[in-house]
Amino acid sequence: MRVEIRNEEPAFPQLDNNVGISDSDLVSHFKDALTSVSTGDSDEYNHLVAVMHHRGALAADEVAMLVTSLKGLSEAVSYIDNVLHHSLLASIFSMNLWNCRTDVMDALLELIISLAASSGKYVDSCLEMLVGHFMPPQSFTNMLKEPRGISRKDQVLSRVHSSLKIIAELVPLSPMRLVPIVIQRKPHYCSKETSLVVYGENMLKLESGVFGELVRSTMLSGFVDLLIDLDVEIGWDDILQDDYSKGIFNMELEDLDEATDDELMDGNELPRELSRKGLVGNLFAEKLDSLMVLLFEHLYSCEAVGRLSEVFEILLQSFQKTVLTAYKSKFSQFVMFYACALDPENCGSRFARMLVDIFVCNAYSPLLRMSAVAYLASYLSRGKFLSTSLIANSLKRLVEWCLDYCKMQEGEINPQAHRIFYSGCQAIMYVLCFRMRSTMGVPWFKSQLLAPINLILSHNLGPLKVCLPSIVTEFLRQSKAADLFTTSERFNFDDYLESEFSRAFGGMERLDMFFPFDPCLLKKSDSYIRPNYVYWSMVRPTYDDEEDSSDEEVDVNAEIERNDEFSREHEDFDLDEFDNALNQMSITPKYRFGGALNDPLRMPSRIRPSTSPESL
Amino acid sequence: MEGLKVSDSNMVVYLHPSKSNKFYEAILRELSSLLFKFNENFDGVVLAYEFNILDKNAKILSGIHPYLAVRLKAKLLLFSPKPNMLLEGKVVKVTQGSIHVIVLGFSSAVIADEDIRNEFVYKTKNGEEVFSSKVHKRHVIKVGTMIRFLVKSLDEEILHISGSLAPYRTGSIHWLANHLEDVTVTDRSKKKRREEEEESVLQDHGTVSVEALSINNHHRSKKSKEKRRRADS
Repeated sequence: MRVEIRNEEPAFPQLDNNVGISDSDLVSHFKDALTSVSTGDSDEYNHLVAVMHHRGALAADEVAMLVTSLKGLSEAVSYIDNVLHHSLLASIFSMNLWNCRTDVMDALLELIISLAASSGKYVDSCLEMLVGHFMPPQSFTNMLKEPRGISRKDQVLSRVHSSLKIIAELVPLSPMRLVPIVIQRKPHYCSKETSLVVYGENMLKLESGVFGELVRSTMLSGFVDLLIDLDVEIGWDDILQDDYSKGIFNMELEDLDEATDDELMDGNELPRELSRKGLVGNLFAEKLDSLMVLLFEHLYSCEAVGRLSEVFEILLQSFQKTVLTAYKSKFSQFVMFYACALDPENCGSRFARMLVDIFVCNAYSPLLRMSAVAYLASYLSRGKFLSTSLIANSLKRLVEWCLDYCKMQEGEINPQAHRIFYSGCQAIMYVLCFRMRSTMGVPWFKSQLLAPINLILSHNLGPLKVCLPSIVTEFLRQSKAADLFTTSERFNFDDYLESEFSRAFGGMERLDMFFPFDPCLLKKSDSYIRPNYVYWSMVRPTYDDEEDSSDEEVDVNAEIERNDEFSREHEDFDLDEFDNALNQMSITPKYRFGGALNDPLRMPSRIRPSTSPESL
Repeated sequence: MEGLKVSDSNMVVYLHPSKSNKFYEAILRELSSLLFKFNENFDGVVLAYEFNILDKNAKILSGIHPYLAVRLKAKLLLFSPKPNMLLEGKVVKVTQGSIHVIVLGFSSAVIADEDIRNEFVYKTKNGEEVFSSKVHKRHVIKVGTMIRFLVKSLDEEILHISGSLAPYRTGSIHWLANHLEDVTVTDRSKKKRREEEEESVLQDHGTVSVEALSINNHHRSKKSKEKRRRADS
């Protein structure tokens, strides 16, 4: 390093004009300036502070002076005293890289690294300063979408991260100090979307960085916490429209129909646009959407380099801690769905296994177990990537648990006391509504699933009377068509969405109506989920046999055309006992407008506990 | 290297009742929370532990949360550097003003230029920053060198050591191992030198079983006492 100072009025009188100053001269000059403070002579020192404190546009000579001072100081850090030179340290730590030229940035970061490595006292301040740069200052937030802003962002953040890396090499315990700082400085979920996204990017960058192993779990769970914070801010009221008379299954068909019109009209690629109207303009939903996309991209890159499994383990823990325990999370759970879709073999089965484990383990609270089985049912039904054997095996474990429960119970219907059992039964039926055709192909279906299910459903506890009528009717209809059971009792639910019993077992939380993986209403996230997602319209129920001989229950290509055929078939369908089921599944809900509103069983929509987005 | 010791301790670990079905993991978790932090009770940093549960019946403490108290006898490997101890570490950065060292792979140490004895001068050799001795041309400290240095002070919170290369018995371990007897003019047996080499090997590998370390630690403290005596005379 050899520096030429060209300065008309030098800030440091000793450093004369146009004189080549050797490295060591410069360093010893700064050392003198620093040490002389203790003897009461602080002129030089004050000059130094003034140079550091300079803000706003700098002339070329001022920049040169600043760079020289920073470089000189970084060689003399051992002479800096945190009490004597407090003002100098304060002005160094208040400098902002986002406003600096690249040469100043480099010199400043060199100084910060030297400071951090010189003494334990400065490590925290240096890390705080670097983390402070994760978010641009206010003036930059609007610029981040322009090319100039993007290149500046790259310049700053790449330097900040490489500095953190160098500090970690010199002070191996620094990541341990860094973690709480990053979490503390995490912006509040009410902050601007750009700030949240930039900060999230940095958290994920740390996670994938060299000391990722040390910070991974905190960064990822911190990120998921942010998602949940936003998620709970989106009320179910924002999603739900007042037309709550629709059934659980038919709403999707409805939406697809609307969508095809939509597409024809304005070429919109997102068929679920209309159902999202409740979320339009909801800032929390938009922020959540952007952050989820960020995490999806990150997971994708993890999969590409083969380290998805270690990330997934942490996501799983954080899901169990935050998402599963949150009151009916709306969207955050799709992170798990996406991760499972990336690696169905490992992550996909791991997730299902964990949910079943929670459900069958009586050490967990009833609400958690019911929530877990709701996630499981929705997940097994909706994941297009799941193998039939995984679905059948998970079902088998549920069925075994329910059967054991039945054997121990003598009593009558009691939705409150046996709520876990009912939620298990409902889950089994819900999954079978989606997957009956494929699970019937499993060799041990009859012996290990069908027979026990028959016992469970015909037990005195009467799960068929308690579970959601729409699921029960659809299930019975499919099993009738497949010739599985002969039910002696007729279930005349009419087109009730819920029964008094189901409300009771679902409790205040309405876990009976919780279908976590119902179609994702966030626009950008949905495009990631969609390719791996089973819509109800894609399901080929067992009563839909005439069409073709393929055994595949999920038919992707012909989904839209089939909707039409499907509706036509329904019109021809005239089995008496399934009249009600027909209403439930029909595409146009014309029979049900009006009547349901006056239904005394139902609470008014405003005060009614929320339900899954599309079930209303 | 000084500063390492094995201590036997009696402990009581309080476990939350929710952990009663996996208490072993819970104890491991509790003890692991001690690792790499300075603990005043032990007067050092816990680097490793092994434990025996003394009583299979844990005491349930009454109260709002009926915690389980599990009594343990634990063997802890402690790192407690004190001023004037000799430590060994690997150089990770050399600048004109300082030498940065990492001890045992986790604790950072810095030796500022005023603590480097005048024998060493800063040079740039083939683009590499080094401190080399004016007296012994082959005594060079650069990135990657294992050095022995004196502890000046320890920042307990972040385990940052401020060190010194002022005493002549400090410097590159490799060089000292070969030349220390020339300098101190003593009758150091070859056997001892071999031992010292072994030490640096141990240091390099980093992971040593507790027993091995406790024995070596014993040797080292004796040796360093000898060295100090020699230095004094």
